Amino acid sequence: MKVAVLVFPGSNCDHDALHVSQIVMGWEAHPVWHQDTELPAHTDLVIVPGGFSYGDYLRCGAIASLAPIMKAVHRHADEGGWVLGICNGFQILCEAGLLPGALLRNRGLRFLHQRVHLRVERNDLPYTASLRQGQILEMPIAHGEGNYTCDEETLASLHANRQIVFRYAHSSGDVNETSAANGSLEQIAGIINPSGNILGLMPHPERACEASLGMVDGLGIFQSLEHSRRYVS
Amino acid sequence: MKIKVTVQLKPAILDPQGKAVEQGLQTLGFNARHVRIGRAIEFDVEAPTPEAARAEAQKMCEALLVNPIMEKAIIEVLS
Repeated sequence: MKVAVLVFPGSNCDHDALHVSQIVMGWEAHPVWHQDTELPAHTDLVIVPGGFSYGDYLRCGAIASLAPIMKAVHRHADEGGWVLGICNGFQILCEAGLLPGALLRNRGLRFLHQRVHLRVERNDLPYTASLRQGQILEMPIAHGEGNYTCDEETLASLHANRQIVFRYAHSSGDVNETSAANGSLEQIAGIINPSGNILGLMPHPERACEASLGMVDGLGIFQSLEHSRRYVS
Repeated sequence: MKIKVTVQLKPAILDPQGKAVEQGLQTLGFNARHVRIGRAIEFDVEAPTPEAARAEAQKMCEALLVNPIMEKAIIEVLS
């Protein structure tokens, strides 16, 4: 597996993503500066990491979505390559038009940093192939703008194309109006594009991959990709 | 020509900052309701007419300044 981790001014989860890729998963992973115009040859997975790219100026992810490297990410995605946007990375993918919708300020105004539970809504994707349908994953969130929203037409297409991959749940597994602390529409925590190669989510799987960090459920997403790549190649 | 673009969350979208400021004003005894917080963006643009300047600003809104999923813009040609 060959991974490119994008680095923008203000990215702060790029090292976490590189650590998981290289040390935990044993993958070849390279940081790629936002001013670059090409991804490393034969990149399988682009990780758009969390942080505060360009200081969240204008809107979260808006300026980063226009960075020179993003043209290469669009090409990679168009060719079916995997793109994983985490937290600010999810915001960047929405601003870039690679995923639908937008992330608003959290319902309660506050920056939320806490453990959350996610329900796996589908496990027929490269990102979730090693997970069980309905499985509950525990991982952290750390965001001020994670309140997913979209218009009714977009929501209908999310349903029609089964694009909702993760929903915020209670630890019991129940998903209801109170299970999304940030107020996300339909408790949406992560979505995929219709072709199934671009995933964006607000929680941080890369911070939940080692027992020493207290959570390991994020590992399932990376192991799914490992499994899917073997299956593909 | 000087342009001012005011970007606000759409009316249907909860503006938590506006709500917080509204509560603050009411705490001070002011009769303020429906407070909305926006962002003002000013710039100069070269254009032959105010209409052309406005059209150019509209294009900028669509390309970058506004996310139409959650925001709306008011464009003013100041001079």
